[in-house]
This record gives sequence, C-alpha cells and structure tokens, in this order.
Amino acid sequence: MRNVFLFIRQFSVFIAFLILQIICLYLLFTYNRFHRTKGLGVAGEVTGYFNKNYNNVQGFFHLREENRRVHKMNDSLMNLLKNNFVKIDSLDSLVRETVPFDTTGRQRIYKWRSAQVLYTTVNNDKNYLQINKGSNDAIGDDMGVFSSNGGLVGKVVNTGKNFSEVMTLLNVMNKLSVQVQKTGRAGMLSWDGTNTTELDMTGIPRTDTIRKGDTILTGNYSLSYPPGKWVGTVTRVLKDESSNFYLLKIKPAANFGSLQQVFVVENMNFIEQKKLNEETIKKVERKTDRK
Amino acid sequence: MSDLVKNILRFFIFVFIQVYILDVMPHLHELITPYLYFLFILWLPFYIKRGWLLVLGFVLGLTIDYFLMTPGLHAAACVLVAYLRPFVINLFAPKDASGFNYKEPSPKAMGWSAYSLYAIILSFLHNGYLLFLEWLSFGSFIVFLMKVISSTAISMFMIYIAELLFPRKLRYKTNVA
Repeated sequence: MRNVFLFIRQFSVFIAFLILQIICLYLLFTYNRFHRTKGLGVAGEVTGYFNKNYNNVQGFFHLREENRRVHKMNDSLMNLLKNNFVKIDSLDSLVRETVPFDTTGRQRIYKWRSAQVLYTTVNNDKNYLQINKGSNDAIGDDMGVFSSNGGLVGKVVNTGKNFSEVMTLLNVMNKLSVQVQKTGRAGMLSWDGTNTTELDMTGIPRTDTIRKGDTILTGNYSLSYPPGKWVGTVTRVLKDESSNFYLLKIKPAANFGSLQQVFVVENMNFIEQKKLNEETIKKVERKTDRK
Repeated sequence: MSDLVKNILRFFIFVFIQVYILDVMPHLHELITPYLYFLFILWLPFYIKRGWLLVLGFVLGLTIDYFLMTPGLHAAACVLVAYLRPFVINLFAPKDASGFNYKEPSPKAMGWSAYSLYAIILSFLHNGYLLFLEWLSFGSFIVFLMKVISSTAISMFMIYIAELLFPRKLRYKTNVA
C-alpha cells in the first residue's frame, strides 16, 4: 500500500497530465453536431456578453455596407412573400376550424426574424457564428439562417437564453440538400474545409447540362429551410471520372466574412413534422422487431 | 506589479488577441492558421509548480475553446505544452549555476538561440497536436503536414515580433531579495 502511495506521489504530475488530457479528448469527441451540452449553453451567455460589447465597436465600421444590403431586403417584405403561406382548401378549413389562419385564408408556415451577428469566423474548418437572439426571442435549434441579401448562411445548432450559435455552410460537418434551379435536380452541398469561396455539390448526374453561373437553391425536403431560397451560383463544373456524377464548385451567395444582420427562419410545423418522423421510425422498427 | 496580477492581465490580453484579432481577420492563405495565445504558457515564471502549470494551461485552452466553439481542442494542446515545458527548459538550463538568474523565460534570460529553440519546440508541439486532433476528423496527410509547418513558422514570426515590440523589463535575481 505504501508503495502505491509513493508511486502516485512520484508521478502525480504525469497522472494529472493524463487526467486532463482524457477530459479534453472526452469533450472533443463527445461533441457532435447536435451538441446539446449544457456547459456550452452557459458559456454562450458569457462569451455572448463579450462578443456583444466588441461588436458594438466593430459594427460602426461596417455600417454603410450593411445598410445598403439591409435596405435591399428587409424582413417585413420577406414576411409577405407568397411562398411563406399555403392555401387552405375551403372544404378542409371547415373540418379543421381550430387551425390558425389569417383573413386571407392562408396559413403561415415560415416566420422570419432578424438578428444581429456578434461573432463569426471563416478561418477554421468548423466555423460558427453567434447571434444576439435566443430562446427568449423564440429562436430554437435547427432553424435556418439567411443573410441580409437573401443567401443561405446556415442553421442554428445551439440556443441559449439570449444568444444562439449558428453553424455556417463553411463547416465540414455541414451537409444539406440543395437543388439546381434549372432542372430541379436535388444534390448534396458540403464543404471540404479549404477554400472559403467554394462549396462542393455532389449528386448531379452527368446526363444533366450544368453551366457556369447556374443558380443553386435550397432543396424541397428540409425541415429547417424554406424551399427555393438562394444558396449560390456554380463557378466550376468538374467531372468525377470514377463515377457518373458532377462535382460542382459553388460560390455561396452570402458573404461570410462581412455578415452583420441575418434572418432566422422558423418552420411553424417543425415540431409536428419532426414528431411524426420519429414516431414513424419507431412504429416501423417495432413492427419489424415483433416479426 | 506582482507576478500574479501581471499574469492575470496577460491571460486576458492573450485571449483577446487570439479570439478577436487572429481568428477574426482573414488569413493570408488557407494553410496558415496564426496561433499566439500559448505564449502565455511560455512566459510563465520559472518557479511555478508543475501541477499549477497544467491547471493554467487547461484553463487557458478551455477559455479559447468556449469562444471558438471547439470544446477540448485547444485545451488538449495547451495541457501538452504545459506538461512538456519544464522538460524543454531543463534542456537549456545552465549546468554550473543553480538555475536561471531571471524570473521568466525570455531572450534576455536564456539567450536568443536557446529561447528560439525553446519556443520552436513548444510551438511545433502545440500546432502539431492541435492540427492532428483536427485532422482526425477530416483532411489529408499532406495538407496536415504543410499546415503544421506553416503555422509554426507564423507562430514563431509573431513570437519574435512580440519579443521585440514588448521587451519585458526583468530584474536580475539577487541573493538579497
């Protein structure tokens, strides 16, 4: 027993080093893209305070450029867009009387809120930005984020009380479904972590004609983003020789380096759609288990 | 100013510089990532206990991590640097005297060549380990190697600038005090 204590005493620093390394690596590898870690939510409040103060100074120097962009597209206009609404069938509305819809007979499915960007990086392989709205302003996880010129920025991944963290398109863990405007063909958008002005798009078969300058829009199957919103334009069309698909290089519409104001989009049916999705999976799995 | 107050101030200054200047400004090239904050660990006094060194490295790394949303990444690299620092210092310690005559590692205390080697070894280990952990999740090996070398070069460049711009006034340690 005495030898054990002597051993621990002799190597105490090394043991402390190992313990700290294990804590670090544990934090690093248990942190996934849907990190709901409590600690980060709290830390978001602390870093949010510093970022807000710093941003007050920094924002002054970007005022003119940002004003021009915000005037181009303000959120009152965005809210009136036709594709935020679905038309409810008149017969249907008799049955579902409690569904909230306004006097025009349309039900709102997307709600846009504006928020200010407090901190953003473009230099890492996993880039995030912090915005000044959180659960107190009805911001929640998985909501889509768009820049003031209407280009897709990313998705809310972590929400604190007053601040939220957004995973931008410039994040190697980010994968989302997009479509080519011309053909409506869906593909996957991702980023390889090297060039901040080029995103990768895969999944478009070589039988389609794709040209430089074609517009890429958000896909139809996402719960977070409204379909048909601007993502970027094709800058280079590469052919993947080993497969039958293109590798498209996309220039993002949003300028990630100079973001100041963003829009956060809420899908009003998100919880219902997600619940249905999960329940379906559970139901189908239970059935196959029984068999 | 006592060592404690001085180092607390330094801690905040290094975190501020790393988070609000080096990580916000657009990089010169995609391979180059400037890291300077670990200079805080290199500048800690000689007499600090090894256990405390580890704790300080951990706290510094975790603070950076919370700002940059990468829990554990910088902390792991900082803890490694803090653990290896005493060994590297022992390599350059004068054999005849009982230790260094100054309080902190600096070009004045160790000489430019010894101090440069000390900084190069630790910044290489820091950048190598940090980018290695990043590389585990994605990337190719050549890019990883190039990134380590170029980041270390940039780190060393900034360390030299910091040393030349802010020469620390260190008092010579005497028996009287």
